[in-house]
Amino acid sequence: MKDQLLPFIVETARSIAEEQGIDVSKELNDSTRLFGEGGLLDSLALVSLVIAVEQGIEERFGVRVEIADDKALSQKNSPYRTIGSLAAYAAQELEAKKAAG
Amino acid sequence: MSEQRVTLITGTRKGIGRFLAEHYAAQGHRVVGCSRQAPDWEHANYTHVAADVTDEGQVKDLFARVRKDFGRLDHLINNAGIASMNHSLLTPYATVRRVMDTNLGGTFLFSREAAKFMQRAKYGRIVNFTTVAVPLKLEGEAAYVASKAAVQSLTQVMARELAQFGITINAIGPVPIETDLIRAIPKDKIASLIERQAIKRLGTCEDVANVCDFFLKPESAFVTGQMIFLGGV
Repeated sequence: MKDQLLPFIVETARSIAEEQGIDVSKELNDSTRLFGEGGLLDSLALVSLVIAVEQGIEERFGVRVEIADDKALSQKNSPYRTIGSLAAYAAQELEAKKAAG
Repeated sequence: MSEQRVTLITGTRKGIGRFLAEHYAAQGHRVVGCSRQAPDWEHANYTHVAADVTDEGQVKDLFARVRKDFGRLDHLINNAGIASMNHSLLTPYATVRRVMDTNLGGTFLFSREAAKFMQRAKYGRIVNFTTVAVPLKLEGEAAYVASKAAVQSLTQVMARELAQFGITINAIGPVPIETDLIRAIPKDKIASLIERQAIKRLGTCEDVANVCDFFLKPESAFVTGQMIFLGGV
């Protein structure tokens, strides 16, 4: 599931960064840092990315996931750290929602 | 995407909500309204969705529908609200929870979902409802007043959080208006409340719409986190 989400998250991160006028000439992949030191996005763009991923998952899979919940923000290793960690976290929430029916 | 501005209003079955829905529908907005029960009125520019503002699933369904049917959301007016006129010592806890759920919870859910939608367009106007009973510290309405004080704080904090997205969020604080909400209040209580206003009369739906118009104007882009109370309170 993570592999399915990865290209979509890469593209969404790229378009949001471009919208914000952030330089995205480098390749974006699994290990691209999303925020913090050397991160791709500022906090505003990060919020936009998380919302866009939630909406994208709902459109593609017909499942509503909340990746912006308290749990996400309180984890020591934030799931928003890299594109890969965000994809893994979104995949985990999506699978949990699917399993719960 | 629709060329028509889309205005979402909660609690449109009657009272101020209905007035505002008809007011903006008449101005050519596509108005989407909601309430638990169906309204007994209609308008060519009005779409009704049955939804309980305290039910997160129903609220999300409503936004999914607005996204699908209209593709844009310009304005949200969080009008839905309930009152409880009672001495705090005589107020059941269940009532406190119901009032908080509707007035604060409903406003929170709609504002959050609307802002998620609006941030893509970098434009949005949210109008919340407080009451003059907050600054007047009106006795006999503790749960209601506390819930509206919470709406004011929510408005002020969200104003700072949403500013970067081009979304403004403000609140209007009406004086008593001839609606179902105040019909149960004794006449002398209303009279003593009006006595504390600078301008001593009941409010009208037109008074509310006028302040709403101001908050919704594109030119009001530099006005956010503000409360405007009617009647000079």
